[in-house]
Amino acid sequence: MSDERQQPSSASGPVEMLREVGRKLAQGEAGPLLVLLMVAAIWTFFQFQNDRFLSPGNLTNLMLQQAAVATISIGVVLILLLGEIDLSVGAVSGLCASVMAVLIVNRGVPPVLAVVAALGLGAVIGLFNGFMITRFRIPSFVVTLAGSLAWVGLQLYVLGQTGTINLGDGFVVGLTNTFFPPVLGWTVALLAIALTLGFALLGRAHRKAAGLEVGSMRGLAFRIAVIGAAFIAMVIVVNQDRGLPLAVVIVFVLALAFAYLTERTRFGRHMFAVGGNAEAARRAGIKIDNVRIVVFVLGSTLAAAGGVLAASRLMAVNQSSGSSDLLLMAIAGPVIAGTSLFGGRGTVWSALLGAVVIGSIANGMNLLAFASSVKFIVTGAVLITAVTIESVTRGRRNSGLIE
Amino acid sequence: MNATKPPTPTLLSLKSVSKAFGANQALTSVDFEVDAGEVVALVGDNGAGKSTLVKAIAGVQLCDTGSFFFRGEMVRISSPQDATSLGIATVYQDLALCDNLDVVANLYLGRELFANGAARAAYLIDETAMEQSALELLDSLAVTTIRDVRAHVGSLSGGQRQAVAIARSLLGEPSVVLLDEPTAALGVSQTEQVLELIHTLRERGLGVVVISHNLENVFAVADRIIVLRLGRRAATFDVRGVSREDVVSAITGAEFGVGASLHKENA
Repeated sequence: MSDERQQPSSASGPVEMLREVGRKLAQGEAGPLLVLLMVAAIWTFFQFQNDRFLSPGNLTNLMLQQAAVATISIGVVLILLLGEIDLSVGAVSGLCASVMAVLIVNRGVPPVLAVVAALGLGAVIGLFNGFMITRFRIPSFVVTLAGSLAWVGLQLYVLGQTGTINLGDGFVVGLTNTFFPPVLGWTVALLAIALTLGFALLGRAHRKAAGLEVGSMRGLAFRIAVIGAAFIAMVIVVNQDRGLPLAVVIVFVLALAFAYLTERTRFGRHMFAVGGNAEAARRAGIKIDNVRIVVFVLGSTLAAAGGVLAASRLMAVNQSSGSSDLLLMAIAGPVIAGTSLFGGRGTVWSALLGAVVIGSIANGMNLLAFASSVKFIVTGAVLITAVTIESVTRGRRNSGLIE
Repeated sequence: MNATKPPTPTLLSLKSVSKAFGANQALTSVDFEVDAGEVVALVGDNGAGKSTLVKAIAGVQLCDTGSFFFRGEMVRISSPQDATSLGIATVYQDLALCDNLDVVANLYLGRELFANGAARAAYLIDETAMEQSALELLDSLAVTTIRDVRAHVGSLSGGQRQAVAIARSLLGEPSVVLLDEPTAALGVSQTEQVLELIHTLRERGLGVVVISHNLENVFAVADRIIVLRLGRRAATFDVRGVSREDVVSAITGAEFGVGASLHKENA
């Protein structure tokens, strides 16, 4: 975040660096760092319990399992940034996937069109949510809670008697069952690293040319090294299994697109403003109701996309598609990874990081054959801990205890 | 509405402005004027009509009767946009800042700069240009307390936040700035910084209207003091020729002159 520029000299020694890390942790702005530590701890724990946890096969499965959740979470982040909530994303994902399956299997609609229809239905539901929230000033949690019941009912109706529809077409199933050969995996990873580095250097040069402060080259090198190492490690792992999954590429492209929207565009800036101080945003001439409506449309559309990915992974939709802990995981993930429940703070990347954290816990507990009761309790405990940390650091930030 | 033009074109002047809320007459035939390069303090007790008058100038709340003149031309201010397009900027007491955004983002909120060329088509915000001109703006206002324009506004002190809010109001290149209680809830040194900033505005040739309860600050910063009492303009003072007691008497409605001279003797 912005603070990285503020302390260009802070990397001078290990002690200062540790102190800096401590300050960021206390301020609640070390989001990604804290989460990476959390992931490392979780992985170490499960690896000691079961040495298949970190196997390429299991890690690839983890990614595939979490592709749907991460996609839904991206939409949840957008809504959380406004300080709103959407409790219907699980139900919307189930309904839209069901409509898609019915169109393909029962009506013979081409799969691509059926996917587009599912996304369109998601958009319409989002429009409805946004309209109810802005026009009638109903709190978003009420609108979406009521909505989630209705969409589940509609899902049962659409699925009809049998309740389960198996998907056999190549397109939808292929979304999570396509793997790139090793060479293509490496190409994608190296291209991603090169672009990250290129844009970072370009931005730095641009600032320097404009006479503005720039961060240390070492800091930038460190960041790129971490990102690069992560990409390379991921490609090594997936190449030992079936290869880079298409679903992972889809999720990354979505995250990149929405990270761009939120952090680089005027609309994204206005989203943060609405989430930070809606009245200030209104007085600054921002049409805050339009921002809200658009974001709810995006949120529900991404939920529909997540539903399509989940159906693809399951190769079917059924009455429980999109139900139970999907909603919880999709909201808990970004919150654990540092997106505020109170609006105005967070990043799209927290959706991905959070999906990894939650997914690792769920996957590990499955591997160890934990009882459902334990799994629910653990996931709940992780969530409440994350929210407590966020709330405490937020209070400290706002009370000016930290200069 | 048939008032004649004032002889010399004052920057902004109001003639016999009245406003009633039901049976409550908030403003009764009030005149008001502020000239370029002048700081006018608007003082009065609670309910004297200060806020109503400022809201009328800012276009937030329309008055019932009265006329507005801007540089001698009769104008209508029936919306905040009207006021803004005339060059009247208002900084409200709550400042309307987004704590979660940095100084640059707050300064440019709602009027972000776009990059050119291909980046323009991608709706890319030009952060570099915004940061550059933010630094220039703060420099030109001699605001030295904000060291990092990428710091979140939530982490700034009250004085720094006030400076950000005032600086933001200047981005539209206004000629009149209305400041609502700019020093309320500020400590001594921060108040000092804000008062200095107000002096800078005056040196730039802006007409500045300051609403304040704090007479000490009013005397430190204003050229003229306009006193409202019970919805009427009770008195106008040149700061150089008046004592604090005179102003207090005008605010409270105590007997003119007598009370003031008594207090003077005590002092």
